[in-house]
Amino acid sequence: MNPIVIRDHYEIDYRHSYAQDSPFFAALAEGKLLGSRCLACNYVYATPRSHCYQCGGATQWQDLPLEGKIHTFTTCYYGGEAFLAETPFTLILVEFPGVDTLFLSRLRGARPEELRIGMEVTARFTEKPSFRITDVWFEPKGRR
Amino acid sequence: MARVYMIAGGLTPFKKRYEEKDFRLMVKEAYDAALADAPRLTPDRIDGAVGSYFSDHFTRQLKAASMVQDFLGLCPKPSKRVEGGGATGGLCFQSAWEAVASGRMKVCLAFGFETMSRVSTWKGNEFIALASDTNFDFPLGGFYTGYYAMMVRRHMHEFGTTVEQMAMVSVKNHLNALYNRYAQSPKRLTIEEVRSSPMVADPLTMLDICAMSDGAAVCILADEERALELCSNPVAITGVGSGSDTMRMADRPHGKVPLLPHEREKDYRDLKYPGVHSFRGGRMAARQAYEMAAITRPLEELDFVELHDAYTSSEIQTYEDMGLCRYGEGGRFVAEGHPFMPGLDYGLTLLHAGTMPVNPSGGLLACGHPVGATGLMQAVFAFWQLQGTIEKNLGSEKLQLKNPRRGLIHSHAGTGTYITVTIMEKP
Repeated sequence: MNPIVIRDHYEIDYRHSYAQDSPFFAALAEGKLLGSRCLACNYVYATPRSHCYQCGGATQWQDLPLEGKIHTFTTCYYGGEAFLAETPFTLILVEFPGVDTLFLSRLRGARPEELRIGMEVTARFTEKPSFRITDVWFEPKGRR
Repeated sequence: MARVYMIAGGLTPFKKRYEEKDFRLMVKEAYDAALADAPRLTPDRIDGAVGSYFSDHFTRQLKAASMVQDFLGLCPKPSKRVEGGGATGGLCFQSAWEAVASGRMKVCLAFGFETMSRVSTWKGNEFIALASDTNFDFPLGGFYTGYYAMMVRRHMHEFGTTVEQMAMVSVKNHLNALYNRYAQSPKRLTIEEVRSSPMVADPLTMLDICAMSDGAAVCILADEERALELCSNPVAITGVGSGSDTMRMADRPHGKVPLLPHEREKDYRDLKYPGVHSFRGGRMAARQAYEMAAITRPLEELDFVELHDAYTSSEIQTYEDMGLCRYGEGGRFVAEGHPFMPGLDYGLTLLHAGTMPVNPSGGLLACGHPVGATGLMQAVFAFWQLQGTIEKNLGSEKLQLKNPRRGLIHSHAGTGTYITVTIMEKP
């Protein structure tokens, strides 16, 4: 016989703690980007890392510059199901002066054909924080 | 450490959807095919099993490997599940190798499957993207193709790699699969057709990316005594290696290249490594596997490679990680024809066709990628290739290389967060 196929719905709410990374998300609400500087070896991460992967030492928070350059980019015309309504959207990795690693974010306010590696970009922050990584995005420098 | 052999392998065809068989029956079909291939090997000789499937979200059944163990009639023998994203199959194969190499088991079954058809393609992409950092990466788009597009964009910037070179990988792998009856998407394509298919994440088009699949694969490994007793044509596993990298690709350092024996520091004087253009975990895995197998010149000492081409771009990146060519030369390597099969007509002009066939099976791009089965599928094809039984198993001799002695299989997870490399050879 033909197999019987049923629809099986699944939904759940999680209690999700950002734990030691919480100050990063709080800072987004204040228009700041926090990176991590290793107290022992001075390696600087553009993301929250409470401990350094180079030496294992503890890090301290460090304000990142709000301007950087595009290290690489793509425009997505499809995405995970939850994000299909937002397509097309542009993802970039941002490099900051004096920072050893990169930062992944969305870029807004530029047409796909304008994008290039090395393009200068500025961080923008939402006025209604949801304490998610999408509270920050970048735009081409000088567009406002 | 015991010397370990592969003594049997089996597959189901990889397909968009199996609704008439659940994952237990799919694995059973592959398992029975493996047993039929080695008539002296009876189930009572199997000491235990390692199961491989990637996502609890796709199965919505925790401990699904226990259900397979049960269904195959292997209870109460030892059993466990291995999970490591896209590299789940490769890790499972190496876990079975460890069981035999350590002497804990004489004969070990590795089985793998995935049932991705249970959700839509875009929901499936969301599930897969849950294997990226869910605080920092996932909420930006939930999309691995976006991550790989950014990586290859940087590869193009650093090294001049072109989208046409990437498209050649797609032409090659889809055409190889025309002769593989287990493959999901065999196709004859042109570079233009790859480039004009719908753009997914610039520069990757629909034909630069592997599909969602259902399917199963099994491998049976044994120590030397059992291998010689139970199999007339075993294949030795002579090198294993694995590596890793940071979960967030943004966090990767820009340092020095770990060199393979045939490389020199001056080859990479100005290269900041791995950045986001290369897979440091793949290089680490290759280094270990080459050392164990005493390989110092991979291009000369390997006869073929089955690697994890979830994207055309990652196949090119992986040529370099494996040392088949230098970092930066992957685009040229495919443009010159090296990874194509000798003797097949791809409709392309190739200067050096077939010096190092890569993905004779059609790879993930054309076979499909039922994640937990994929790494084991590669081992089954390498096994048949080295046995010289491609014609018997595929019904066509087109993909059989002439007397291959040694092959490499490569399994890859995330943006390069787990990677395995295994060397298999004719004893």
